Amino acid sequence: MTTAVEKPRRLLPRWRDYGRPRELVVRYLLLLFVLGITVGPLVWQFLASLKGVGEDVFGRNASLLPHHPTLRAYRQVFDQVPVATYIRNSVIVVVLSIASQLLFSTTAGYMLSKPGWKGRKAVWVVLVASMMFPFESIMVSLFLSIRDLGLVDDLAGVWLPGFVGAINVLLMRGAFLAVPREIEDSAMLDGANEWQRFRHLYLPSAWGAIMVVTINTFISAWDDFLWPLIVLRSESHMTLTLGLSRLQSSSFGYDQRVVMAGSVISVVPVLVLFVITQRWFYRGVSAGAVKL
Amino acid sequence: MVATETVKPVSVPGAEGTASAPGTAPSRLRRFGRAVLPGPAPGANGAALYRRWWLPWLWTAPAIVCAVVFGVFPFLNTVLLSFTDAKPLGGAASFVGLDNYTRMLGDSDFWLATRNSILYAIVVVPLMVLLPLMLAVLVEKNLPGIGFFRSAFYTPVLASSVVVGLSWQWLLADDGLVNTWLEKAHLIRSAVPFLSDSWLILFSAMGLTLWKGLGWYMIFYLAALGNVPKELHEAAQMDGAGTVRRFWHITMPGVRQAMMLVGTLTGIGSLRVFTEIYMLGSSTGGPGGADRTLPFYIRDVGLDPLTGNAGYGSAVSVALFALTLGLTLLAQRLTKEDEA
Repeated sequence: MTTAVEKPRRLLPRWRDYGRPRELVVRYLLLLFVLGITVGPLVWQFLASLKGVGEDVFGRNASLLPHHPTLRAYRQVFDQVPVATYIRNSVIVVVLSIASQLLFSTTAGYMLSKPGWKGRKAVWVVLVASMMFPFESIMVSLFLSIRDLGLVDDLAGVWLPGFVGAINVLLMRGAFLAVPREIEDSAMLDGANEWQRFRHLYLPSAWGAIMVVTINTFISAWDDFLWPLIVLRSESHMTLTLGLSRLQSSSFGYDQRVVMAGSVISVVPVLVLFVITQRWFYRGVSAGAVKL
Repeated sequence: MVATETVKPVSVPGAEGTASAPGTAPSRLRRFGRAVLPGPAPGANGAALYRRWWLPWLWTAPAIVCAVVFGVFPFLNTVLLSFTDAKPLGGAASFVGLDNYTRMLGDSDFWLATRNSILYAIVVVPLMVLLPLMLAVLVEKNLPGIGFFRSAFYTPVLASSVVVGLSWQWLLADDGLVNTWLEKAHLIRSAVPFLSDSWLILFSAMGLTLWKGLGWYMIFYLAALGNVPKELHEAAQMDGAGTVRRFWHITMPGVRQAMMLVGTLTGIGSLRVFTEIYMLGSSTGGPGGADRTLPFYIRDVGLDPLTGNAGYGSAVSVALFALTLGLTLLAQRLTKEDEA
C-alpha cells in the first residue's frame, strides 16, 4: 500500500529552542566535566596501553597521547601472563552461566506465572527467602559445600552456586504474567501442548526480559571477583579478573603499559555488548530494584 | 518493576490456526470452542490445570534446588557452623558453644572491620543518593548529543572493579596522574599517600565505589524523574525559583521514594564491599589489615587454607547478616514513616 502522504517537513531545532544560551553553556560545561571524571580514567588507561617503552605513562614528563602508538603491550601481556587461558576460563564460566540461567529461569518463571497448581506460593516464598542473604554472609558455608562436592579449584565450582538466580526467575515470571491470557486460551484450543505454548508463544513474548537476564548474567559472571578468588587456586584455572588482579603494582613490578593492555582486553567485550544492546542494559537497572 | 513487552499476535506452529490478537473481541469460533471444552475454563480460579501434578514441580525443580542448596541452606549452615570450630579444608569439627561469639566480641580486628564497613555506608550512602540524582537532572533534558553523554556516564558500571582498581592504582600512586597534577598546580608539596595511608586508602576505595555506581543510579533516577510533573517546574520558574531551589523543593520531593530505595540498596552494597579494598589496599587490606571490611575479614579468618577457622568466620558472617538485616529494617521503617 503506497499512499502519498507527505510528512510535514521537520526543521532541525535551532540552538535557541533548547534554552537560554547562558544556561546551555553551563550545562555543556558540566556535562564535559562529568565526562572527564567518568570516562577519563578509562580513556587514559587505553591511551597508556598504546605507549611504547620510551614514553612515560605518568610522572612529570608524561603526555596524555602516545607519540608512537604501538600494540607492543598487547603482545607482551599475552607473553608474560597466560591471558589466553584466563580468557578461555572466563568464557567457559560465562557460557555455562548464561545457558543454565536462561533455561531454568524461563521454565521456572513460566510455571510460577501459571495458576492451577498447588505449592506455587511455597516455591515463591523459598525463592524470595534465598535472596535475603548477602553472598558475603554465606560464602564460608558455600565454600564448604563446594569443597564437599570436590569442586575446589574447578571452574564448575565457580559456576555452580549461581546456576539459576531467584531474581531472574522472578523477572521472567513478571514478563510471562504480562502475556494476555486470551492468546493462551486460543492456543490451547488449537491443541498446543504446554511445551509448544511455552516455546512458541511465551518465550517470544518475553524477549525483553530474556535479554535483561542474559546481559546481567554475562556482566556478573565476567566481572565477578570474590567468589573465583575463593574457589580457584592454580593459575591454569583462573578467570580473567582473577588473573588481572595479580598484576597489582604491589605484587609484581609489571610494566604499566602491559597491565593497562590487560585491563582493556577485559573491558572490551562488555563494552561491545553494551553498544549493541544498550536499551536492554538500562532496563536491567530497574529490574535490579527487585533485588530488595 | 519488570520489563513488559508489547505482545504481538504469535502464530503457534504445531497447532492449527493462529492466536487472535490481544484486545480484540473473542471470535465466534472461540466462543463456540470454549463451550465444548469439558469443565471450567482452564486455569480459572485456580482449578487444577495439570493432570500430571508433578509437571510444574519438574519445571521449577532446578530453581528450587538452587535456591535451597545455595541460598537457604548455606545460611542455616552458617548459623550452625558458628557454634563449631570447623576448618575450611575439612577434618573433624567439634561443638564449641558460644566460644566464637565471645572471641568475636573481644576481637579488636573484628571491631575495626565493623567500623570500616559502617563508616563506608555512612559516607557512601548520602553521596550515592544525591550525586546520581544531580547527574540525572543534568542529562534529563533532551539536548543535542545527550544520548552520548548518558551512555558515556554509564561506562564505569561495565568495567569490573578489578580493572577499575588497577587503573585507579596507577592514577593515585605517589608519582601517579593525580599527584602529578596536584603538584603542577602547586596545591601540594609532596605526594599525597593515597595508597599507603590507611585512612586515605579507605576514602579512595569509597571514591571508587561512588565512581562506579554513579551511572547505574543515574539511569535509575532518570526513570523516576519522568514522573515529576513538568508543570511544577515551569510554574516555579515563572515565579523566579532558581535551579537550586527547584531541585530542593520540586525534584527531591518528587523522587523521594526512589531516593529511599537507592539509600537502602547502596547501604546494603556498602556492607558488601570487598574488591575495592583488595585492589587499592593490596591483598592484606591496607597496612596491617587496617582497611579490612567485614567481608574481607570473613575471608581472612574463615577461608584461609592454613590458619582459617570456618567456625569463627561463620560467626562474623552472622554478624554481617545481622547488620544487613538491621539496615534493611531501619530503611523499611523510615520509608513507612515517610509515607505516613
